[in-house]
Amino acid sequence: MYSNGYIFRYAAIMVIVAAALLSTAAMLLKPFQERNMAIEKMGGILSSAKIEGVEKEETIIKFNEYVTESIVVDQEGNVVESLIDGNKEDGAAFKLNMKKQLYQKSKGMDFNLPIYKVNKEGEVIYIFPLLGTGLWGPIWGNIALSDDLNTIVGVTFDHKGETPGLGSEITTADFTNQFVGKKIFDENNQFTSILVVKGGVKTLAQDLQIHGVDAISGGTITSNGVNDMLQYVIESYLPYIEKQK
Amino acid sequence: MSSEIKEREPLFSAKNLRLIKEPLNINNPITVQVLGICSALAVTAKLMPAIVMAISVMVVMAVSNVVISLLRNGIPPRIRIIVQLVVIATMVILVDQVLKAFVYDVSKQLSVFVGLIITNCIIMGRLEAFAMANKPWPAFMDGIGNALGYGVILIIVAFFREFLGSGTIFNYPVIPQGFYEFGYENNGLMILPPMALITVGVIIWVQRYKSRELIEEN
Repeated sequence: MYSNGYIFRYAAIMVIVAAALLSTAAMLLKPFQERNMAIEKMGGILSSAKIEGVEKEETIIKFNEYVTESIVVDQEGNVVESLIDGNKEDGAAFKLNMKKQLYQKSKGMDFNLPIYKVNKEGEVIYIFPLLGTGLWGPIWGNIALSDDLNTIVGVTFDHKGETPGLGSEITTADFTNQFVGKKIFDENNQFTSILVVKGGVKTLAQDLQIHGVDAISGGTITSNGVNDMLQYVIESYLPYIEKQK
Repeated sequence: MSSEIKEREPLFSAKNLRLIKEPLNINNPITVQVLGICSALAVTAKLMPAIVMAISVMVVMAVSNVVISLLRNGIPPRIRIIVQLVVIATMVILVDQVLKAFVYDVSKQLSVFVGLIITNCIIMGRLEAFAMANKPWPAFMDGIGNALGYGVILIIVAFFREFLGSGTIFNYPVIPQGFYEFGYENNGLMILPPMALITVGVIIWVQRYKSRELIEEN
């Protein structure tokens, strides 16, 4: 029979071999995976500006073609870095780690945020990346505003692991298309954000309906996450938006 | 299952070939043993994810069968299930990483189901019932055979679900526009999981009609 010592040695060697194998594979495959994620991020930015029908292979080219300027702003809305020529993928805005920046904001420290300016057939669109928390993990996306910096051109959302069929519905066109044409400021130029309303926008007062969308039934916590993300992150961009107006 | 492999047996002897053929028909893991049903329901709405899933399962099953078979004389029986799980889990994570690196879209579609290959009872079943008691080559054949049996059913189900549910094959529309003008409509029900179960049921029916020995007495 096998002794206890043998069993322990066997188990120890087995897990060390498995760990070595997996970490080697993870290291070797990381560049490819990061490439895919970068392409997906670019695709999200383009589709929030309603630039449709971009094939995966041409995403990088189209991204550089449409994005005329990638900007990093600080918490006072000052432009820290602006990249107009050159590969936007190498720009500071594209490489900025939003999670870290929003963490710094929550600690009351200085922070930077990325903004992309897109020129879509002469129309200037500002794209603001978003990041927040859903039910099971992070949710993120982009919100594209037209050059009045008030009307929404389009939004995209994505998530790490929201419940399929419920919370994960935030990625569908049925949900995101509701945002098109909505406004983030009221007549008095007060920031209202976009409210994700449980029970539907029709429950809101008439003058608020332009600032609201329907939440997802069965996805309350994810919907609230989207609501809070819009509120919290757009708020961080406000100094910049005010300066541009 | 208790087939003792004699020495110097040709690689593709009748006995070894049976390891591949049987799971395809009279010992199919899905339609006869009714294992691995949940993934068969989840990834068969379209052909592409079904094929990627079938290939992933094949890689995991063949490699872990061989690894367990090589280790079979050293594995302490008391922790053998843990050892099997470590081998399967390692393989599944590797497959998941490779998919993320090279077919990102498909890996997003398969999402959690790649990870859930770990819990696919077909794989655990083959390791415990076959690889623990057989040499590497027959274990490899057994793994490939069972994965093929699993994959074939997945692909048949996915074909009908995509064809009837979306009117496409590999995302290419195959039903002429004229049909739709005459009032033909895609059957949205086919996209939903219950129809996968019913499709599997129909396959089981057809298979038992053809192979009478599978029909139970009474």
